[in-house]
Amino acid sequence: MNLDIALLLGQDGLTNGAIYALLALALVLVFAVTRVIFVPQGEFVAYGALTLASLQLGKVPGTAWLLLGAGVVVAIVDTTVALRERRSRRLPAILGWNLVLPLVLFAASWWLAPRQPPLWVQTLLALALVIPLGPMVYRLAFQPLANASVLVLLIVSVAVHFAMLGLGLVFFGAEGSRTPAFTDARFQAGTMTVSGQSLFVIGASALLIVALYLFFEKTLYGKALRATAVNRLGARLVGISTTLAGKLTFTVAAAIGAASGILVAPITTIYYDSGFLVGLKGFVGAIIGGLVSYPLAAAGAVLVGMLESFSSFYASAFKEVIVFTLIIPVLLWRSLRSHHLEEEEDE
Amino acid sequence: MHTRLLAAAAILAALGAAVPVHAQIKVGVTVSATGPAASLGIPERNTFAFMPTTIAGQQVQYIVLDDASDTTRARQNTEKFVNEDKVDVIIGSTTTPNSLAMIEVAARSRTPMISMAASARIVEPMDDVRRWVFKTPQSDALMASAITQHMSDNGVKTLAYIGFNDAYGEGWAGEINKFGELRKIKIVGSERFNRTDTSVTGQILKILATNPDAVLIGASGTPAALPQATLVERGYKGRIYQTHGVANADFLRVGGKNVEGTLLPAGPILVAEQLPESNPSRKVALEYKKLYEAKHGPGSLSTFGGHAWDTVLILQAAAPEALKKAKPGTPEFRAALRDAIEGIRDLRATHGVFNMSPQDHNGLDQRARVMVRIDKGQWKLAQ
Repeated sequence: MNLDIALLLGQDGLTNGAIYALLALALVLVFAVTRVIFVPQGEFVAYGALTLASLQLGKVPGTAWLLLGAGVVVAIVDTTVALRERRSRRLPAILGWNLVLPLVLFAASWWLAPRQPPLWVQTLLALALVIPLGPMVYRLAFQPLANASVLVLLIVSVAVHFAMLGLGLVFFGAEGSRTPAFTDARFQAGTMTVSGQSLFVIGASALLIVALYLFFEKTLYGKALRATAVNRLGARLVGISTTLAGKLTFTVAAAIGAASGILVAPITTIYYDSGFLVGLKGFVGAIIGGLVSYPLAAAGAVLVGMLESFSSFYASAFKEVIVFTLIIPVLLWRSLRSHHLEEEEDE
Repeated sequence: MHTRLLAAAAILAALGAAVPVHAQIKVGVTVSATGPAASLGIPERNTFAFMPTTIAGQQVQYIVLDDASDTTRARQNTEKFVNEDKVDVIIGSTTTPNSLAMIEVAARSRTPMISMAASARIVEPMDDVRRWVFKTPQSDALMASAITQHMSDNGVKTLAYIGFNDAYGEGWAGEINKFGELRKIKIVGSERFNRTDTSVTGQILKILATNPDAVLIGASGTPAALPQATLVERGYKGRIYQTHGVANADFLRVGGKNVEGTLLPAGPILVAEQLPESNPSRKVALEYKKLYEAKHGPGSLSTFGGHAWDTVLILQAAAPEALKKAKPGTPEFRAALRDAIEGIRDLRATHGVFNMSPQDHNGLDQRARVMVRIDKGQWKLAQ
């Protein structure tokens, strides 16, 4: 190992670490606000990447159909509830978000896909198709159980993961896809070549992290989410709707997932089931942050990326073993430091 | 009273209908049409959709089940075939682990089984269980010897290997060590990666540091494109070899420019049109290709479907012999069918020529592989 190799491995680790960091932040956010350990986070990564790939092949992506289907189901459920509670004033909003929006997006992808629009239009369309799935998943799977224990929510989460995995296979097939790079640029820094795509990934991740920070610090909705995370009951007492908080959280999580997928797709081949492992590595990062601390989670995720990169050089057969073994000392250290890790059973 | 009579009559009629007028040959097929091996299993399943429905004047019924690339499910399917459907022959499964899970059931029920998976362990070493098991794909050893021969013919002295961190990658690592030694090729590096990895930079940097004449990638399907893309990105100029596990159109689609010039061994069906007229597989392979592409569009052919087609070519060759001895649906017929398959000689199939024997239940020889080069996104027969 010389300095060149170390620098290249570092660059590789940082690029992957940036993606893991985004996912770790999303996992921490979802857990803090809704107490859901969001296993399907990885599926949003795969959906984002593969939706973009289908658009590039000029096909209407399967996620467009999924969006329509999920929208119809949510609309039926919500309309029934609204009518039962005699709140027909809610109806326009319900139908608008769950029927009109998916229809518009579906029509847009149906019209745009064969016309091969520029890459940024495809990217935006892919994001627009995947992100609304987040709140719909929350509405259908988690909202009816919002007060259940962490364990029940985890079980539901695993179920959603398998459902989305199966749908992914139906929509995108068993084979993977790779999308073209956003930039082919290469920079010479001393003896080392830095690929533009790596810089793009790191830059975009950093930008997203800053955007998240501003969202939580400066906007009313962001503050509402933080308040819910700190104290659900207190937040409800001051008039924050936990349902809205949940939906908003899942929207943000889906957005982060889809964006990570689109960022990672040019670097590697993404399969319908690739998301899980990527998400799991983000989860290791989030665990290092104790599922509460954003900076620690992000740092932990970058550490995972680095560890992965260097262990693939030294002992490629044991790479995953090394990465996932990292979680044991972290958990040990955490359990020694704090004696109260039992979940609150009084809910 | 009247209704009861009617009901009894209806039941009798139903029972009567269930007993076939003519004895038919029942074939139980389990393929991995979903799950990780789906890209192999789907063309196989598609092939069974247009299989001949009569063999030697007998009706043939195919019962096709999906085992989701899962060993437990493959075994359950096999149990169902032998206990409920009472099949005459079992075909499957797509992968080696699944096939290994099935052979015990086949032997216990004394039903011949033809696997579509590659590993030699399915039919070797020959014992009482494997007496009942045959397989159509080439063994890794046959392909590895083709690769090492091509390497030594082209002056390759040092070779680095990167393969899947699973049975496929380990199997190839073993074969390449064995045949490399025979051909005096030094293995300078041996790395592993996972199907789901998003980066192999570390492994590739380590391989590049040893500066090998050639690199062999022991992986199957589209994940095999990742190490090659990284090699090309890092400016590797030597020869890059892949295994026959990448011989499908998706690999070309995902690999793009990066896989130009790749060398790999493959069954003759991959380059059927380019084969000389004298090649024994040419005609059979082109016939199959025509049938498959008529249903699934031009360019849709995959070599894995060819393994499925070969299983039925074997049945067609063996069934007439067995029918002389016994009726389908009986243990005697299954035993006779097994003996007839073992006696197959010079059967021209899409992947080579089968010469079965009591010791060799694969029966393929060097005619079952050609070296292929990827040239402008097409498979080209290499000389």
